[in-house]
Amino acid sequence: MTSSAAQNFVMVGERTNVTGSARFRKLIEANDYAAALEVARQQVESGANMIDINMDEGMLNSEEAMRTFLNLIASEPDISRVPIMLDSSKWSVIETGLKCVQGKAVVNSISMKEGEGPFLEHARKVLRYGAAVVVMAFDGKGQAETAERKFEICKRAYALLTQDIGFPPEDIIFDPNIFAVATGIEEHNDYGRAYIEATRRIRQELPYVHVSGGVSNLSFAFRGNERVREAMHTVFLYHAIQAGMDMGIVNAGQLGVYDDIDPELRDLVEDVILNRRDDATDRLLEAAERYKGGASQKKEADLSWREKPVEERLTHALVHGIAAYIEEDTEEARQRAERPLHVIEGPLMAGMNVVGDLFGAGKMFLPQVVKSARVMKQAVAYLMPFMEKEKAELGLTDRPAAGKILLATVKGDVHDIGKNIVGVVLQCNNYEVIDLGVMVHSQVILETAREKNVDIIGLSGLITPSLDEMCHVASEMEREEFDIPLLIGGATTSRVHTAVKISPNYTRSQAIYVTDASRAVGVVSGLMSNEQRDGNIAKVRAEYAQMAESYARGQAEKARATIADARANALKLDWDGYTPPKPTFLGTRTFKAYDLAEVARYIDWTPFFHAWELRGTYPRILDDDKYGEAARPLFEDAQAMLKQLIEEKWLTANGVVGFWPANSIGDDIELYTDDTRTKPFVTFHTLRQQMARSTGKANLALADFVAPKDTGIADYVGGFAVTAGIGEEDVARRFELANDDYSKILVKALADRLAEAFAEAMHEKVRKELWAYAPGENLSNEALIAESYAGIRPAPGYPAQPDHTEKRTLFRLLDVEKEIDVKLTESCAMWPGAAVSGLYFSHPDARYFGIGKIGRDQVADYAARKGWPLDEAERWLGPILNYDPKRVADAAT
Amino acid sequence: MTRDERIAALKKAARERILVLDGAMGTMIQRYKLDEDGYRGERFKDFDRDLKGNNDLLVLTRPEIIRDIHCAYMEAGADIVGTNTFNAQAISQADYGLEDLSYELNVAAARLAREAADEWQEKTPDKPRFVAGAIGPTNRTASISPDVNNPGFRNVDFDTLVDAYSTQVRGLIEGGADLILIETVFDTLNAKAAGYAVEEVFDEMGVELPIMISGTITDLSGRNLSGQTPEAFWYSMQHLKPFSIGFNCSFGAEQLRPAVDEIAHVTNTYVSIYPNAGLPNEMGGYDETPEHMAALLEDWAKHGLINIVGGCCGTTPDHIRAIAKAVAAYPPRTVPQVPHALRLSGLEPFVHG
Repeated sequence: MTSSAAQNFVMVGERTNVTGSARFRKLIEANDYAAALEVARQQVESGANMIDINMDEGMLNSEEAMRTFLNLIASEPDISRVPIMLDSSKWSVIETGLKCVQGKAVVNSISMKEGEGPFLEHARKVLRYGAAVVVMAFDGKGQAETAERKFEICKRAYALLTQDIGFPPEDIIFDPNIFAVATGIEEHNDYGRAYIEATRRIRQELPYVHVSGGVSNLSFAFRGNERVREAMHTVFLYHAIQAGMDMGIVNAGQLGVYDDIDPELRDLVEDVILNRRDDATDRLLEAAERYKGGASQKKEADLSWREKPVEERLTHALVHGIAAYIEEDTEEARQRAERPLHVIEGPLMAGMNVVGDLFGAGKMFLPQVVKSARVMKQAVAYLMPFMEKEKAELGLTDRPAAGKILLATVKGDVHDIGKNIVGVVLQCNNYEVIDLGVMVHSQVILETAREKNVDIIGLSGLITPSLDEMCHVASEMEREEFDIPLLIGGATTSRVHTAVKISPNYTRSQAIYVTDASRAVGVVSGLMSNEQRDGNIAKVRAEYAQMAESYARGQAEKARATIADARANALKLDWDGYTPPKPTFLGTRTFKAYDLAEVARYIDWTPFFHAWELRGTYPRILDDDKYGEAARPLFEDAQAMLKQLIEEKWLTANGVVGFWPANSIGDDIELYTDDTRTKPFVTFHTLRQQMARSTGKANLALADFVAPKDTGIADYVGGFAVTAGIGEEDVARRFELANDDYSKILVKALADRLAEAFAEAMHEKVRKELWAYAPGENLSNEALIAESYAGIRPAPGYPAQPDHTEKRTLFRLLDVEKEIDVKLTESCAMWPGAAVSGLYFSHPDARYFGIGKIGRDQVADYAARKGWPLDEAERWLGPILNYDPKRVADAAT
Repeated sequence: MTRDERIAALKKAARERILVLDGAMGTMIQRYKLDEDGYRGERFKDFDRDLKGNNDLLVLTRPEIIRDIHCAYMEAGADIVGTNTFNAQAISQADYGLEDLSYELNVAAARLAREAADEWQEKTPDKPRFVAGAIGPTNRTASISPDVNNPGFRNVDFDTLVDAYSTQVRGLIEGGADLILIETVFDTLNAKAAGYAVEEVFDEMGVELPIMISGTITDLSGRNLSGQTPEAFWYSMQHLKPFSIGFNCSFGAEQLRPAVDEIAHVTNTYVSIYPNAGLPNEMGGYDETPEHMAALLEDWAKHGLINIVGGCCGTTPDHIRAIAKAVAAYPPRTVPQVPHALRLSGLEPFVHG
């Protein structure tokens, strides 16, 4: 996956380093390259974005070891899929490495230690071999220790590289030296702070560069005390990342969460790293003994359940989603059990069954179930090493799962909250879930399904073009002779669409629509059971056949006006004497890192609860008899995370808005470069309602809200794109690595809400300041949610303009990708998904409406306006066609 | 025109229209049904090894055939013709015991193409013609072990490739090539070695020619033989600041579409595509008709995906004529602006903004 946010932190795996890992050194010295490859593989699997390889050891032929290891890695696609960082203090070893890698690698490192001549010589070579480079803050006087010197060296190197030899600045990664702190030597006390300060200046003053560092160095003084070391790394990264460090050589499997560190320890560590008091080292040393190995002590309000037998404690922890004691309870259960597997099959599954029963009975709700799953995962993760060990000793096979389910959000679509929830719920019920993530090509889905021998495939999608992609996956499954059930879910999917469009493509088994996550387990277990499967499939098939038939009948009945008649019945606003307001500027304006605290005030919480399948309206839902008990803690967790994500800048909100002179010509809106209105440079195409009207209501199109060109009136339209999702994937990944699906889903749901809130906030700013046609407006958040303001902001892909491809025009116009780092997928979904875009109309009579179904005459007309062949128009407008293109085509031949 | 003038003309032409490359050389040579003696000519009649099939040798033994083929493609509308040097480096020529002939082969091949191009330039002065010095992948892979039991083994390394390619590039430049075309890249490391050699020779000779790079997709997974995705491949080659990047050979145009789509969207340089005439049939021949292939490529042009098109295996002057006609009406792909970001690759791309 391509990550693009500025905040993204790149994790470079550090374990394939003979100087940093005794284990790896021994493997290389013993020529055990097979085991050494496993170390590399583990790094990639635990989330490293690239791997650092270092063979600098006196006893080794480093060149030879580098070549051998790289050649072997080249044969391991699951390792070599990531870029390589070639790490050596010897240029000859680096050059050997550069001659072995086909990808674009990173050289780690070069410096001005030997002067500027050799530095530039090496840099030229790096450029010629086609690699990026780490530059150490090191010159003839030695490694830089103060913030000032670190920065000055980097600045000098930057000038030499970019000006003298044309090195691309984005390919430069500075390493301003992370040294050990709290060593007892006073001069070392400021090393942490100096790195952070230097980082801040480098990122501010040297455009496009990156900052990296080897984090483990920092805590050398505490070797053997992993708890304190981890706390030091976590706190250090927390501050360094805020200052702009965007890459680090870390043990990817071993990073903690800043807020989870015991507050006392965190303070002590922070004093050391930020050099806040003279006795910081002594105080940390003194406290460190207490933290050696011991588990953190968290307070729980009512601890009476701790008195109960271990089985009941596990059930209690699962039902209530309490993770604090899960490891010790699991350990206790393990010691009693004959085999570690029995702990899972016995008390843990028993506890999850209680959760499942409560959920099935409607007494627990999704947020609670997802929290239970988090606890379960942590228990299983704890048992994993014991089971691996046992497996190795006894040659046993894996625990049999109830079934294997593959989940994916289809190609072109990025939305995955619902899919993640389904995955968690299925895992709770002992299904093995293979989640391929978002934007997954059909081929990958099918190949994985075959390779892993899955029992069921589940597809998810939120935007309308995904419906087509699902049809495509279904027909590919047919063609490749699959015979496993295909589940369909997600916001735009429906039973009717599944029955009419998807199901006929896949006759070898059955496509089945699943309403929501709470139904998933029932459907899946019905399909896994040998006794029930055929009956269930037959039932669905019969139901869908009937549905398709009645749909076909219903199709024929819907009366449509011709497009000519609909246009004759267009909305005729009275333009006479109306002067459209002129925006305060023309062209675009970009807002980077918009204040999220400000944005958060505009959040509409109701859809947030819907994402968790809690149906109700905020704030009433908090006191709801049925949902209140689940909704309140969820809301508290959301508030806490919201506060933290704002303070710690987990996410960045960027937006771009623009205004242009515009007039309508028929159903099109023409934009002009300037107010002379001589040069049309972009056209937005709109669609018109074709319902047969008899009541005097108009057949609307968005173009009706803009003054027609022949009126000679100077009108304007605006456009916008906003995101609050920059950084979201990284945070989600961090939680995923910590086995915390609950927080992962929570942060995604919050990012979505923030994006919508940002659109609301920006629209208000537009009305009051930028277009400024309602400077005195003063509305509450409720009134904003109820849209009690003048003007609208319809989004392409939604009811008033269901054609997603209009986003392409909008994105070009606003230069969205460049300005705010949001991209369009091939299906015109926005990536990151927490993004909103649309047009602004200012006319007081402008309102939201739905296009409804449209006739073939308008589709042909629209295709001609867009410069599309008819079938392309039919494809993009598929969900709103009032006819079956296939049938029309058949009739024509 | 001098070489500098020709390069300027090339850059101007590329801004204005979709440029057309020639089609298959091997397919055309086959039509002459040459036997062993036909390949040997006078000079190698007593050579101690079989030479039949060494197409690159024909620039010395049957220059008139190669010149005719170049001319046929230019007559059909090709702007750029590739020299007959796909295997004319020491590593491939060693199969025939002709490794020492590499420099001579490349000089001769480039001269032939140069003469043909100059002749057509004179006939149609408003349509400048260019010679691309073609560099093939060699018959060895630097990233893949030929021995399944020993994955760390290699039968060629970077330095050997750089040596062989350097000699080839010197010959091509000496003979009058306007561009360097690193083509049919199945292993990106081989191509990186070629690129390294090209830049070293540029420095050494004090010239700088536009570089075209063309990968090949080896199966329907959409990756090259050494396992890279199109976007990852681009990041591996980006440092050469190539004039164009794209794909050739592979399979037919239809199957190549996803790769073209991908590269066209991530690349801030021109995109070149010259597919085979469909997939090989049971007899190993290619039977996509000129019309069919032209219609497929026209669709790409219509969608603004391409800057340079042509044909590979199985294509003939008829194909090139049809393709040239089909794309003439469309503007070339607009080269997108790509934001500053650290763009690395393993087998897959990694972008960090």
